[in-house]
Amino acid sequence: MSTFATDLSVDDLKNEASRLFNRKRLTNFGLPALLLAYLTYVFFAFDVPGLTSRADWENGKTLVSDSYSYKTHVERDNRNAEIAIAIEGERKGTYPEGMTPDWVTLGETTVIDLEDGHVVRFGPETVEYDIPGYGTVRATPTRTAGVQAELPDGEIPEWINLSKNRLAVTTDAGRLTVTRNRSEVFRYFTGWELFWFTLDSPYYGQSFTELAGRAVSGEAGEIFSDFWTNKMWRHQDVAWAIFETILMAFLGTFGAAMVALPLAFLATRNFNPLKSVRFFTRRVFDFVRGVDALIWTVVLARAFGPGPLTGALAILITDTGTFGKIFSEALENVDQKQIEGVQSTGANAPQRYRFGVIPQVTPVLLSQLLYFLESNTRSATVIGAITGGGIGLLLTQAIITQKDWEEVAYYIMLIILMVMLMDWFSGWLRKRLIQGKT
Amino acid sequence: MTDQTAGFLSVSQIRDEYTSLTRRKRVYGGILLIVFIAVMASGFRIADNRNAGSFFDGWHRILDYPTVVLSEAWEKIAEMPSHLVAFFPALVETINIAAASTLIGTIAGTFLALMSTRGMALWPSLIPLFRRISDICRAIPEIVIALVLIFVLGGGPVPAMIAIAIHTAGALGKLFSEVNENASLKPVEGLHSVGANWSQRMYLGVIPQVGPNYVSYALLRFEINIRASAILGFVGAGGLGYELRNAMSWGQGRYDEAAAIFILLFVTIVVVDQLSGLLRERLTHGSNKGARA
Repeated sequence: MSTFATDLSVDDLKNEASRLFNRKRLTNFGLPALLLAYLTYVFFAFDVPGLTSRADWENGKTLVSDSYSYKTHVERDNRNAEIAIAIEGERKGTYPEGMTPDWVTLGETTVIDLEDGHVVRFGPETVEYDIPGYGTVRATPTRTAGVQAELPDGEIPEWINLSKNRLAVTTDAGRLTVTRNRSEVFRYFTGWELFWFTLDSPYYGQSFTELAGRAVSGEAGEIFSDFWTNKMWRHQDVAWAIFETILMAFLGTFGAAMVALPLAFLATRNFNPLKSVRFFTRRVFDFVRGVDALIWTVVLARAFGPGPLTGALAILITDTGTFGKIFSEALENVDQKQIEGVQSTGANAPQRYRFGVIPQVTPVLLSQLLYFLESNTRSATVIGAITGGGIGLLLTQAIITQKDWEEVAYYIMLIILMVMLMDWFSGWLRKRLIQGKT
Repeated sequence: MTDQTAGFLSVSQIRDEYTSLTRRKRVYGGILLIVFIAVMASGFRIADNRNAGSFFDGWHRILDYPTVVLSEAWEKIAEMPSHLVAFFPALVETINIAAASTLIGTIAGTFLALMSTRGMALWPSLIPLFRRISDICRAIPEIVIALVLIFVLGGGPVPAMIAIAIHTAGALGKLFSEVNENASLKPVEGLHSVGANWSQRMYLGVIPQVGPNYVSYALLRFEINIRASAILGFVGAGGLGYELRNAMSWGQGRYDEAAAIFILLFVTIVVVDQLSGLLRERLTHGSNKGARA
């Protein structure tokens, strides 16, 4: 840092060195200590200790297990003995008349095989559940006296919940609930059921080779349309939502670039001699950037309502400020010699810009633009969640229902894939365009 | 190609070839431009059709909402200072979310970057794994993690902090590993030869080289995270965004509060941008000076 004076004694030098060491030691110790102090403050300011009591771990468990598994409900109305079988208990997943999964046998006594020896029987009067290693639980729902349950001798285990009007048995194989009006069995499966076809489709449950065979023999169109209009997973809507999200990012980014480029010239020292205009343009950039996409989204949603246009315009306005700043910095760093060279051949002003300035700044601008295209795909997801458009909307809707966690997992996967794809695509394009240009 | 055969061509032929080349280039450029304009125009058409309200019906209403908010705020201008004071804790929370998540993200990002740089990684065979981890962390939008965590942990700043920290770790992990690639490995080798372990090699050999760049990127990230933490507040994660949504959903009558929050948010973003820009400027210049001395 400084040159050492030759007239310093050894002691002075030693002192100097140890002083420096001490200072270094202090910063080495002080910085982490400061960091730790701040994080401790945040720890208590955010009430992290109280979090464990507020957190709902049950919710977390259902979330995780539901995201990779589903359950099928078999439900009997005890008043008229009608049986309904539905995946996730949803109307969209109800088995049509006469169609049952192979582990349910309908009859006067309906037998539900939960595997590993667990069998539930819905008799005309009594519901029975054979539990291996425990015995048979019998329950008789009556109109007047509630649910009459008969358990094997001994203490009631904690996985059986018994009250006057309700019996609930939860085992690894499934779950049985009997109330006065309803008897219900849940059986759990791994995977995303009905992902390809819903139960009302003739292609449900067919193997891939069968489908391929049918597709070759001319049913490809119907197969695709059954998949595309799947009511449970709504593939068509999801595809549109992803398209909308990418569209928002695309329109926002390139629209902002088109608005910002001419304005950026106004904000540079070398192209705009008027100081007041320069100052004003720069403050406009700072303003639109400072207001932030969140507030622009709120304001625009009032004028245009929810949808992709609102999101695209919010990105466009915010990024006009960002691009204006970046572009004007790039333009200020332009080499004047090339412009002079073009001018010396007798070029007029537009030609000077076209051949002297633009070729110099294109690589910088393009690479910034493509970088923002990727990051705006993510912003478009976020803005979509707020203003209601694209995959962000689908995601928030699925989370609000608090039970379609398999759909949430599916959307999250799609979002990650979409962003990574855009990242790869913009990187590829950047390499192609910039190497091709220079 | 023209170069090789140039000897056999007359000047006029060369000129013809050149003009046809430029013409072709111009045609390609023109086609590309037309395609681009068509894509943009049809994109706006599609977006417009799928929007709840159309652009041409709504553009003159853009200023309606700000006008209503501002005029109400103006009527109650006397209450503005008290609103600003009332919402100050929320502002502190927003800044805390951003700062804490930037710190945690920087620490995690440093780790990810060291683990995914050749010559520095503790387990060189796991480099691809750590790269993929930071890619995935980077690709997840904050709101996704925040919404899921809010369901489990309840509303509040912690879900937002975790969500932003994860994304920050991924983003910084990539930038940091690019910085690492330009760092000299000689100090690391020197430290190795005197028997330093991995953490000593990294702390004494790598971090001093890359420190200023790391801090500069982390500051840039802090600017971004302030905005992100305001947005996450809007979906229920505390701070200014949460207050803003409450004030807005109340509608007319509390627009003065909404205006106060707008002002706080705007001022914070601008101040943080300016401060971090200044600091980053000084960091890059300072390190240049240090390198020269």
